[in-house]
Amino acid sequence: MKNNLLARFFSALCLLQLLLFTGTSAFAQAPGTEAPEMADVLRQSGKIYVVVAAVVIIVAGLLVYLISLDRKVARLEQEINK
Amino acid sequence: MKWTWWKVLTVVCLLYSAVAGFLLPVPRLAIVNESIRNLYFHVPMWFAMMVILGTSVFRSMQYLRNPSARLDILSHEAAKSGIVLGLLGLATGSLWAKYTWGAWWTPDPRLNAAAVAMLIYGAYLVLRGSFRDEQQRARVSAIYNIFAFAAAIPLLFILPRLAGNSLHPGQTGNPGFNKYDLDSTMRLVFYPAVIGWILFSFWMTQVGSRLAFLQLKLDEK
Repeated sequence: MKNNLLARFFSALCLLQLLLFTGTSAFAQAPGTEAPEMADVLRQSGKIYVVVAAVVIIVAGLLVYLISLDRKVARLEQEINK
Repeated sequence: MKWTWWKVLTVVCLLYSAVAGFLLPVPRLAIVNESIRNLYFHVPMWFAMMVILGTSVFRSMQYLRNPSARLDILSHEAAKSGIVLGLLGLATGSLWAKYTWGAWWTPDPRLNAAAVAMLIYGAYLVLRGSFRDEQQRARVSAIYNIFAFAAAIPLLFILPRLAGNSLHPGQTGNPGFNKYDLDSTMRLVFYPAVIGWILFSFWMTQVGSRLAFLQLKLDEK
């Protein structure tokens, strides 16, 4: 049950972030004529979201791993402190 | 496990910085170009390292005032987290240097000083491993930990500044970020990232310490 709650929390978080930040990439899209070169094409093609998704997967994966370790230690604590 | 507020905040801050770090606009600067976004990932490593190493020294001082195996564990685990973050900081910095300065490593005062600081902390782990007697190990490593932190402060914050010329930003004059380095939109991502990684390091340290406490309890039985 706790797992279920966690999964829902994560998906809500991801959704919220998508809603909040998909619009903001429009700022970065105005290509400057003399300004230093930036990854504007990557943004226009939308491939930047592939990178974002990959990084989010890694960060979320690390966090899930840490959480699972935390839970295992908590279970051990319960057992040993009985 | 208990979902304390700071663990929730860690998850929120880190996921936020991973998304906003790529999608929010950044200043258009020559040479660094898009890699300026590394600021959201490279610099928080060092912030978090300093905070967790500071915690480690605090625990060491507490240990010397009032020796207990628990304080020794807390100090050791915090130092380990700090060393991991420092190594990640060096690795990300080196990668960034390759693509902006053209070399993996430059004989730059800040880079060399940071490397020496990490070596001093590496010696902490070696020193700890060389004792059989637990109390002796705890006491000597607490003392060495204080020395290591005292050596890291000038190495990271004072000597690079005195040395003058450096490629590393925030070098001449104020070592902090000036307006050129960090604008207000970047702060929107940078500060949450720093908070997130600091809390992450505390979380790692907490889990490691709790495991070591259990080991201690089993050994005592």
